[in-house]
Amino acid sequence: MTYSNTARTAPLDRRAAVLGIVEGRRDLLAVASLGSPTYDLAAAGDHERNFYLWGAMGGAATFGLGLALAQPEVPVLVLLGDGECLMGLGALATIAVQRPSNLSIVVLDNGLYGETGAQRSHTSGGLTKLDQVARACGISETMCVETEAQVRELAERVNHRGAGPLVAVVRINGEEQPRCLPSRDGVALKTRMRHALGLESM
Amino acid sequence: MTAATESEKLEKAHLSWPGEIYNVLRNLEVTIAAYVPDGGHAELIQRLHDDPAVTAVPLTTEEEGVALVSGAWMGGKRGVLLMQSSGVGNCVNMLSLVKICRFPLLTLVTMRGEWGEFNPWQVPMGSATQEALEIMDVKVFRTSVPSDVAPTVEAAGQMAFLGGTPAAVLLSQRLIGAKVFAK
Repeated sequence: MTYSNTARTAPLDRRAAVLGIVEGRRDLLAVASLGSPTYDLAAAGDHERNFYLWGAMGGAATFGLGLALAQPEVPVLVLLGDGECLMGLGALATIAVQRPSNLSIVVLDNGLYGETGAQRSHTSGGLTKLDQVARACGISETMCVETEAQVRELAERVNHRGAGPLVAVVRINGEEQPRCLPSRDGVALKTRMRHALGLESM
Repeated sequence: MTAATESEKLEKAHLSWPGEIYNVLRNLEVTIAAYVPDGGHAELIQRLHDDPAVTAVPLTTEEEGVALVSGAWMGGKRGVLLMQSSGVGNCVNMLSLVKICRFPLLTLVTMRGEWGEFNPWQVPMGSATQEALEIMDVKVFRTSVPSDVAPTVEAAGQMAFLGGTPAAVLLSQRLIGAKVFAK
């Protein structure tokens, strides 16, 4: 049986979108959830201010919240897949309560669990609308990104503090990309970002 | 100032064990407190909310807190995670983050499902709380006596933040008092 899947016809390429979001970065701290968002962030260029999750599914957004609360002057970007966001939906409510003005949650939404055989996720066909979920959780600034111009707008926004947190859903196509594997050494990645922030390893 | 000293002594004499935990946490320079509410933590949660130097973060589920305090530590702030024993089961996979990246974790767990428990639904997870932490290599301390609470939290905090060892303090149901269900 063939399912209709609007994500397959979405115009944006995930790699181009993520590159567009981070290429003009200044002091931005970037966290990526496991699977494709981690490969996308690495493909855009490894950076000492990148932290890649290879597990801990559902925890990327609140990890980013903790980072944003600890570094309130530094913009923090969290790249999530739609499956990751769905597993930690409550995080959107937790973030809404804290209202960190330096935190941007960017969901790369293709409606698919790309890492496990492209099974349809709950956002497939536009069923669960994560930007609307975020709004209903109390996050007042949300974006639905479907064009390159909107990617540029998003890139500008994530490098600055806003009035509160941002949740942006980037509609990407389901095309599979070659894997780009950054380091899987959690301690090394942690220490690298801490050093970039002028902090000791422990 | 004799008067101030006297009033401080008086305050200390009347300080509850949750109040003592609060002081220990502040001495440990904890400034991020993530929690899922529990009756046993109510006073501590209130004290943390009342402190403008502390960011108190209500969670929708406990594993959010494991990730949150890890992120906070990445950014240079010490955090604590407060939860009830039932929440420990929710944290198991997220503790991978703590283990694989060696993030310091300090969690204070109020116990249900043991001393005088009225609600049988609390018993399975309450009985497995310690083991659930230990299978993920979290060092577990348990305390049942009010005078023992502050030193235990201090010891656990030192292991977490200085000793690089994830640590949990189980605050026993005997300490907190079995929950009373009045009709």
